[in-house]
Amino acid sequence: MAVAPESAGSKSGGLTGWIDQRFPMTKLWKEHVAEYYAPKNFNFWYYFGSLALLILVNQLITGIFLTMSYKPSSAEAFSSIEYIMRDVDWGWLIRYLHSTGASAFFIVVYLHMFRALLYGSHRKPRELVWIFGCLILLLLMAEAFMGYVLPWGNMSYWGAQVIVSLFGSIPIVGQSLVEWIRGDYYIADATLNRFFALHVAALPLALIFLVIAHVMALHEVGSNNPDGIEIKKHKDAQGRPLDGIPFQPYYTVKDLVGVAGFLLLFCGVIFFAPAFGGLFLESPNFEPANPLQTPPHIAPVWYFTPFYAMLRAVPSFAGTQVWGVLVMGASIVVLFFVPWLDRSPVKSIRYRGPIYKIMLMIFVLSFLTLGLCGLKPPAGIYPTLAKVCTVLYFAFFLLMPWYTKFDSVKPVPERVTQHA
Amino acid sequence: MLKRCLFVAVAVLASSVALAQEGGIALEDAGTNIKNLDSLQRGARNFMNYCSGCHSLKYVRYNRLAADLKIPEAELGNLMFTTDKSSEGVNSAMPKDAEGWFGKQPPDLSLMCRARGVDYCYSFLRGFYVDTARPWGVNNLYLPSAAMPDVLASLQGLQKAVYKNEKDERGNDHVVLAGVALMSPGIMKPEEFDQFVRDLANFLDYAAEPVKAKRESLGIFVTLFLLVFFVFARMLKKEYWKDVH
Repeated sequence: MAVAPESAGSKSGGLTGWIDQRFPMTKLWKEHVAEYYAPKNFNFWYYFGSLALLILVNQLITGIFLTMSYKPSSAEAFSSIEYIMRDVDWGWLIRYLHSTGASAFFIVVYLHMFRALLYGSHRKPRELVWIFGCLILLLLMAEAFMGYVLPWGNMSYWGAQVIVSLFGSIPIVGQSLVEWIRGDYYIADATLNRFFALHVAALPLALIFLVIAHVMALHEVGSNNPDGIEIKKHKDAQGRPLDGIPFQPYYTVKDLVGVAGFLLLFCGVIFFAPAFGGLFLESPNFEPANPLQTPPHIAPVWYFTPFYAMLRAVPSFAGTQVWGVLVMGASIVVLFFVPWLDRSPVKSIRYRGPIYKIMLMIFVLSFLTLGLCGLKPPAGIYPTLAKVCTVLYFAFFLLMPWYTKFDSVKPVPERVTQHA
Repeated sequence: MLKRCLFVAVAVLASSVALAQEGGIALEDAGTNIKNLDSLQRGARNFMNYCSGCHSLKYVRYNRLAADLKIPEAELGNLMFTTDKSSEGVNSAMPKDAEGWFGKQPPDLSLMCRARGVDYCYSFLRGFYVDTARPWGVNNLYLPSAAMPDVLASLQGLQKAVYKNEKDERGNDHVVLAGVALMSPGIMKPEEFDQFVRDLANFLDYAAEPVKAKRESLGIFVTLFLLVFFVFARMLKKEYWKDVH
């Protein structure tokens, strides 16, 4: 009678042992949860990673249920949304979870990225964590844009019209490219169908892979912390970081508090203000798509408005509008280079000098102001404001190699510090 | 400094919400209450009697309406003019070629209160004034060159436009529309008519999102549960973190 050789890693018997001999279940659990040592000094800003994951799961699950009742055709899409809102059991809740989730996703991701700028989480050795994150943001934008078209309201239609037309400004291939994207000579049934395919299959799949890569890269190098120092420098006899604590149970219970706090706000919006004053669900989108009538003022959803404002802020030059499109693209592309633009000897804002603090403040204010400008019709003070803030937005990144190098720094502690 | 950043963020967001409401002649406050069942029932009656001839509510089914507004099955028939199947949506009697009569097909009103707001619906219905230059002899304060005739004129009476002088930045005088005033009374007193329109607007608000009242009352329980959950989650975290220094 042959005896199956015991694999080296497996200690437990039973079902777990049986699985562990065939699949690294316990190994994965230990590496990424039970024995993943995270710095013990995480603060408020460290909630947003797990919250982003929570929202991703929310979007996937509610999205699957929406797909069961949604009809991706220009004749039926709008009515099928109302069918979900009125006739499908709890359809209204599923749809609000999804629509509010989209906005919440961007809030959480923007705050998550801001955290990286605060504590230098993008710096060596976490450059790939940051790059995967930037790719996630890029895909998330595509995902959100295509999702926004699906209800086939009038703002969906005209939003798609404006954004897809941007590709038309590319010299020579522009017009053919736009036709290729739309699948028609205008935003039509074919466009809706392919956006649906991309929104529910291609992009979520790519997003999931990128999120896995993001977390794997993070767990390979270990988490940064508000002090911006490496906890792996000081280990105990077992090789565990002295300033680290296992993710499970410490951060699972801590993140549970974050989840509860987040859900309070999230459900507050869902149950009491799902349209959020026209910011999360825009009023013109309650009218069906009408190719013959533009909404009085076309504005993208709030999370795109900072970039939309930059697009509009750049004047046409040499007979083409392509410069605005390039600037808008550059505003995302520049993010990828931040780990190498930052030349400060320290990572965390706690030990940086005043220049970085001021620049970061200016950056945040200009990003928010751009967001406001993008919501407004381009009249009055807003075009000037948008131009100034576009310059400030890029100044933060492009001047970074100099001001981070010459900024004063404070001595960095050897071990992490606890703030109340 | 982080806290300050956060405050600024919240302030900017809040002001952008407030600024989103600007423009045009200020809307009247509808003063509706989606939980007032009597008002909703009267609004449904008003809609069926005065609006449904031309305007559909195609996403609202009669039986859902009856269940939500607590209208007895026996009385539901009094509201159904275009069908005898209570599972059908509220369709109008308007033929397809109505565009030739009005210049445009009377729009479906299922989502009007979500597209334009309940205050708009309330203001619009009170905003007609005599304008002999228009095909139906009336215009509207809130929708200039409205294609709709003033179907509630017998109730409200006729209104006339009130103008005022305004100086532009070059100092030139302009006559602009400022409001409306009652010219000849209808069969309702002004406050009776306001209530009539308020009920109608309330009903349209219901029609735009039938689950709204349920959503808000459910939201209170969800919030209470989450508050308790939050407290327990915090206690659990504190317990686990006792030994982390």
